[in-house]
Amino acid sequence: MAQANLSPEATKTPPIEGHPHLPDWKWYDYFTFNIDHKVIGIQYLVLAFIFYLIAGLMAVAMRTELATPDSDFMDPSLYNALLTNHGTIMIFLWIVPAAIGGFGNYLVPLMIGARDMAFPKLNALAFWLNPPAGALLLGSFLFGGAQAGWTSYPPLSVITANTAQSMWILAVVLVGTSSIMGSVNFLVTIWKMRVPSMKWDQLPLFCWAMVATSFLALFSTPVLAAGLILLLFDINFGTGFFQPDAGGNVVVYQHLFWFYSHPAVYLMILPIFGIMSEVIPVHARKPIFGYKAIAYSSLTISIVGLFVWVHHMFTSGTPPWMRIFFTISTLIVAVPTGIKIFSWVATLWGGKIRFTSAMLFAVGLLSMFVFGGLSGVTLGTAPFDIHVHDTYYVVGHFHYVLFGGSVFGIYAGIYHWFPKMTGRMLNETLGRLHFVLTFIGTNLTFAPMHELGMQGMPRRVAMYDPQFVGLNQLATIGAFTLGISVLPMLINVIWSWSRGPKAGGNPWNALTLEWTTPSPPPVENWTILPAVTHGPYEYGVGIQPPQPDQPALDEA
Amino acid sequence: MKQIPASLLTLVIGVVVTLISLWVGQNHGWLPEQASEQAVLVDDFFNVMVVIATALFLVVQGAILFALFQFRQRQGDTTDGEPIEGNLPLEAFWTAIPAVIVIGLGTYSVYVFQEMGGFNPGLQEANSQGTMVAQVMDEQVSDVGAPLVDHGAADKQVAGNYGFGASPMKEGNTPDLTVEVKGLQYAWIFTYPDSGIVDGELHVPANQDVLLNISSQDVIHSFWVPQFRLKQDAIPGEETELRFVATKPGTYSVVCAELCGAYHGGMRTQVIVHTPEDFEQWRESRVAQAPHQDETVAANPAEMTATDYLAPVSQALNIHTHSLAHLTSEQ
Repeated sequence: MAQANLSPEATKTPPIEGHPHLPDWKWYDYFTFNIDHKVIGIQYLVLAFIFYLIAGLMAVAMRTELATPDSDFMDPSLYNALLTNHGTIMIFLWIVPAAIGGFGNYLVPLMIGARDMAFPKLNALAFWLNPPAGALLLGSFLFGGAQAGWTSYPPLSVITANTAQSMWILAVVLVGTSSIMGSVNFLVTIWKMRVPSMKWDQLPLFCWAMVATSFLALFSTPVLAAGLILLLFDINFGTGFFQPDAGGNVVVYQHLFWFYSHPAVYLMILPIFGIMSEVIPVHARKPIFGYKAIAYSSLTISIVGLFVWVHHMFTSGTPPWMRIFFTISTLIVAVPTGIKIFSWVATLWGGKIRFTSAMLFAVGLLSMFVFGGLSGVTLGTAPFDIHVHDTYYVVGHFHYVLFGGSVFGIYAGIYHWFPKMTGRMLNETLGRLHFVLTFIGTNLTFAPMHELGMQGMPRRVAMYDPQFVGLNQLATIGAFTLGISVLPMLINVIWSWSRGPKAGGNPWNALTLEWTTPSPPPVENWTILPAVTHGPYEYGVGIQPPQPDQPALDEA
Repeated sequence: MKQIPASLLTLVIGVVVTLISLWVGQNHGWLPEQASEQAVLVDDFFNVMVVIATALFLVVQGAILFALFQFRQRQGDTTDGEPIEGNLPLEAFWTAIPAVIVIGLGTYSVYVFQEMGGFNPGLQEANSQGTMVAQVMDEQVSDVGAPLVDHGAADKQVAGNYGFGASPMKEGNTPDLTVEVKGLQYAWIFTYPDSGIVDGELHVPANQDVLLNISSQDVIHSFWVPQFRLKQDAIPGEETELRFVATKPGTYSVVCAELCGAYHGGMRTQVIVHTPEDFEQWRESRVAQAPHQDETVAANPAEMTATDYLAPVSQALNIHTHSLAHLTSEQ
């Protein structure tokens, strides 16, 4: 294995036309149609985080309603509007844009030694589809709010709150379009714009994850868009695609919806797997264990992930053979996922683990994801799924995967790359407080839900039987803890961004290419593009981590 | 520690983890009581998964916690860990183990699914009675006074093809009791074609083979009895079925599991499992007291509003007051 230093060598490429050559971005640059991938990445992250806070408040309001069995805190139709928009915003305007748009845009060019994404203007356009989507969703509350759940099954979605439901559809189609644009951009960028010295097996695992994610998004998103547009026609123009009275079929919508929306789970977790594979080796000071196994398992998940959607429909009108086929294919996803988890544990094994906030969230994710994965296997089997389908067991399971998984991963990524993005360090004490509150809050909120579901509490209800009150109150306390847990992070980010200690080019002594530029990286990232002389995770073999020169930071 | 060979330590840990997992699998108490033949099958299967999941959970979490403690950075140590990048036998091992487990669970789940009757929905079509009972669904519930069983028309193969049919033991048999189940915002209506009873609660005899033909009047609902471990969506325009044998007399909740509107959470009723003698008594008393049946036979339901249509049976229906108000306001 080559052990030369990762020093910038002369790989000169001409600067990209159209890029302004500013020494630093000003605050207002972040509110413009800026085509720099780093600006777009931060735009995605900040906007997504704002939506996270909004949808989080919706969750707290719902849990407040569920503190008592009766529907006494809010009107049940408002409750349904909140649960619909909570789910939609969390998925389409928080996790997907933060993980794919935010980290993907910021990191992919930096990790492969490119000056920008392949199509910078398409990239900016993809971002700017998100604010109107968010405005549509929030504005829909003026018209009663879409009330049919984030799945929006007809006929319910056709007969309730038509204007709001149409706004919901347009919002989701907008973010879907954004996602397709982004995926094309990532694939072309990773394929064509790596520095010539970077071989495929030197590609950071985050980029491998983005390849898998983009493939999956390109295959599945158009199907959702098609289903939703047909639904829009049913609602507004009197067509009958999904209306049995007019010769339509309500189950067809479910097939179209889940063909995208189960893969959406992998869209939300594959980039996070990528973040895990970057964070763990750096803070455990060990090469990632099983590089190829992790890279290939991402691709396997994206392929098998396209063939599991019917496990959401075991109780719908699905023929028996489908239930069996999709039981088996769903269970098979556990194998590549298991490979990743074992590889990360093996990376920890024998390392010199630094308990940074980023590492705490990464290990927290590992721990939660094991639980969520195991309950996922039980849900994949038709006989047991039929009992707990559409119950709180499912709610508990997917929050372990999407909160304990995706959200923890986004947090780990923020703590890890914040110094690179801003040139400032985050406060570690606040970071640990954030972690402890989040970890306790997550388990307190979502663990009791499994038992509630098995005992007989369906999901999406504003009122429930009094026998479930104890566990529900536990979950409500957990939700308040989660609400409070965001505060230390918010304070930390806002304070550290302007006043935090300077980070230097490579505060974690990491070996991937993004750490070979100053923090924050200048426009076009490098004066001279770096050359790759070793793999991204070769810790423990005496390679000196790059320590790029820092330009003076503006203290103002 | 140094004196104990690693293989012995692994063996001891393995035995302890296995014992704990087996104990958890038998004693978790997470599921409600079993009240149908299917519930036993589902629970046994779930318990096997709990044993496996507990073992995996303990092993992985144990490894994580041990690594965090054992391999933490010590004070003043700024060196890197051992550069171990992979180990093919180990990777093959932890790919093979989950693969074997999921193939095993997959096979077992197919077996359970078959025993539950998952492969046989709609097979009672071959039985003239089942077919006839099922196809009456689309005609109105208020036809109940008529002797439906004699309607014939065995050539129409419209019985449900989705849901749960007979278990292999009962395949080909005519169900002992057939009930038409209709979901509407926000109530369930149960119709007994052979006696003309219409009720808002489901009454079934214990230890008899019961077939529910499920349909929906408006949106998707989902019929779920947690103690039976059975759930089936009521789909507009499509018929589904659920065939079960209730094993334990008692009263259990019928829950709507699919979001069906604002008062979805209030769409609750009960299934009352009687002893066969009690069931006969209940049926006779209902048939004897059914005063409104003659009127409903004569009425044409197509000309009635939902409120009028429901009026004769509203007392028995146990519909949430909100729901009735909501229903009426929709007219």
